[in-house]
Amino acid sequence: MPGTSDETARRVGMLRDMARIRAFEREAVAAMRSGEAPGVVHPSIGQEAVAVGVCANLHRADRITSTHRGHGHAIAKGADARAMMLELHGRAGGSCGGKGGSMHIADFAVGMLGANGVVGAGIPIACGAAQAIRLKREDAIVACFFGDGAINRGPFLEGMNWAALYRLPVLFVCEDNGFAAFTRGSTVTAGGGPAVRAEACGVPAMVVDGEDVLAVDAVAADLVARIRGGEGPQFLHARCYRWEGHTGTDAAAYRPAEEAAAARDRDCIRRLAAMLDAEEVAAIEAEATSEMVAHRAAAMAAPWPDAAATFSDVQDAGAPAWHA
Amino acid sequence: MARLTFAEAARRALAEEMRRDPLVWALGEDLQQGGIFGQYKGLAEEFGPERIVSTPISESTIMGAGLGAALCGTRPVIEMRIADFALCAMDELVSQIAKVRYMFGGQGRASLVVRMPQGIWRNSAAQHSQCLEAWLTHIPGLVVAAPGTPADAAGMLKAAIRSDDPVVLLEPKNLWTTEGEVEDGTEPLPFGVARPAARGDGATVVTWSACVPVVEQAARDSGVACDVFDLRSLWPWDEAAVIGSARRTGRLLVVHEAVTVSGFGAEVVARVVEALGPGALHAVERLGAPRAPVPFSPVLEAAMRMTPERVAAAIRRIAG
Repeated sequence: MPGTSDETARRVGMLRDMARIRAFEREAVAAMRSGEAPGVVHPSIGQEAVAVGVCANLHRADRITSTHRGHGHAIAKGADARAMMLELHGRAGGSCGGKGGSMHIADFAVGMLGANGVVGAGIPIACGAAQAIRLKREDAIVACFFGDGAINRGPFLEGMNWAALYRLPVLFVCEDNGFAAFTRGSTVTAGGGPAVRAEACGVPAMVVDGEDVLAVDAVAADLVARIRGGEGPQFLHARCYRWEGHTGTDAAAYRPAEEAAAARDRDCIRRLAAMLDAEEVAAIEAEATSEMVAHRAAAMAAPWPDAAATFSDVQDAGAPAWHA
Repeated sequence: MARLTFAEAARRALAEEMRRDPLVWALGEDLQQGGIFGQYKGLAEEFGPERIVSTPISESTIMGAGLGAALCGTRPVIEMRIADFALCAMDELVSQIAKVRYMFGGQGRASLVVRMPQGIWRNSAAQHSQCLEAWLTHIPGLVVAAPGTPADAAGMLKAAIRSDDPVVLLEPKNLWTTEGEVEDGTEPLPFGVARPAARGDGATVVTWSACVPVVEQAARDSGVACDVFDLRSLWPWDEAAVIGSARRTGRLLVVHEAVTVSGFGAEVVARVVEALGPGALHAVERLGAPRAPVPFSPVLEAAMRMTPERVAAAIRRIAG
């Protein structure tokens, strides 16, 4: 319903989500580079439209599985951004109490079943989550995010076949940012690509401009409706571009600067912002930035985890203890 | 009380758990045909195809889907067909199942069972005969159970299903058809409590899984009265019982089918020595397989098998 107030509100909401993701990751990368946040982060800056356009069609009861580049998926699904920022800083009060860090952020309260440090590992997990949802007669679906690199792993083939075989309520989202770590995906991927592979297993697939949030939203809406209607798994191949390197420390010298510059010119946030009131956009972006700046400050002020937590939540039977 | 085979005892235990809890279900290859050892026989007829799920040969997804289903509140029994095939699903077991609770700060639990029938059985050769329990005991987050009798097959499976921890249940392929007395309405067994199988002051003999009947026979044949412990679970394991016995006998033998080098027997011996001090034992021996793959020919395979004769000889050696 373009032009209606409902549609405008939806667009404003998606702009806010994309702006919050970008602001979060700008702060996260800065914190990592300054050494305030330990380890590395894998930013999804430039790819926000995929997470937001898909999650705009999910309910709280729906589940998602995510990747090592998962901040955007988590925020779009409604995860607590403050707890996420604390987690990136390894602090008490973080999403995982400081035990997971960027690659293992989860927020089960909003159905975010976890980022994952292993490429493609969320695919089997998403299949099983959908089977449990069916067994429990829950009214929910699963959205499974993975990158283009994942389609060359075995669990991708297994999972496509599995989901189609059992007609599971899963939306597979291949977030194709053009690079598998430092390597251009097209140089290591034979054949027709993600959608062709999915369809070969019987999973209907759509390809979308992943830098256009309205396009992602529209296609995701259609696919999610099919899944909720009992038509089984659907596949969304969203083409986008990773503005940053593989991690926040990777200068991405393996690709031409003009290519990345061109991608920045296609900025998904600016594309949507151009359709909205400029003052409102500016206010939303300023609010997103101040929110994430505050979260970063809160993270720096937060206490470190109690060292005893190192040995908690391993297992109940045979829990770890230092031998006296 | 009933006399049941190992497979029948396990099948009955699973059926009882599935009747008790509608969130218990099983997935793996050929389950609707009863499983390759008959341990799922008749369950598809009783519980339907939604709870006894026959899957493609997709080990990564059998394992990983089990995890996803556990994270959404069901209690899956993941069937790996044989332990060797679980090697195709090591990421899902080691880096996902074993770690989700910890990585996510306690938000999710992988309350599931991974059944891995293991060991030498009917000339199955190198890729279908391995005992890799030591790999699994090394992984934080996993409970590792290794029953050696029909009664314990039932009790350990029930405990594994009810456990909130992920449990790897190593079922000895060579014992599926052995019979034993099984209580009606078997109760779950606690993890980390060994079964004392014999009592004597001449030596402490520790074993588990397929070697249990072999060691019990050997203890009778050896002429040495010894403490024999069937550990039943390897993580946690009954350190107190073994250490207490070894303190008394001063002689320790650990017997397992797995390769001796870096086998779980090394852990048992090391813990006993740490607990009692380096001079406390008069004799120590680990008896396992040479560091070689399991061969096919019956003559060659027999050379790899643990036998009552080998074990009895070792008992007599350490008893001095």
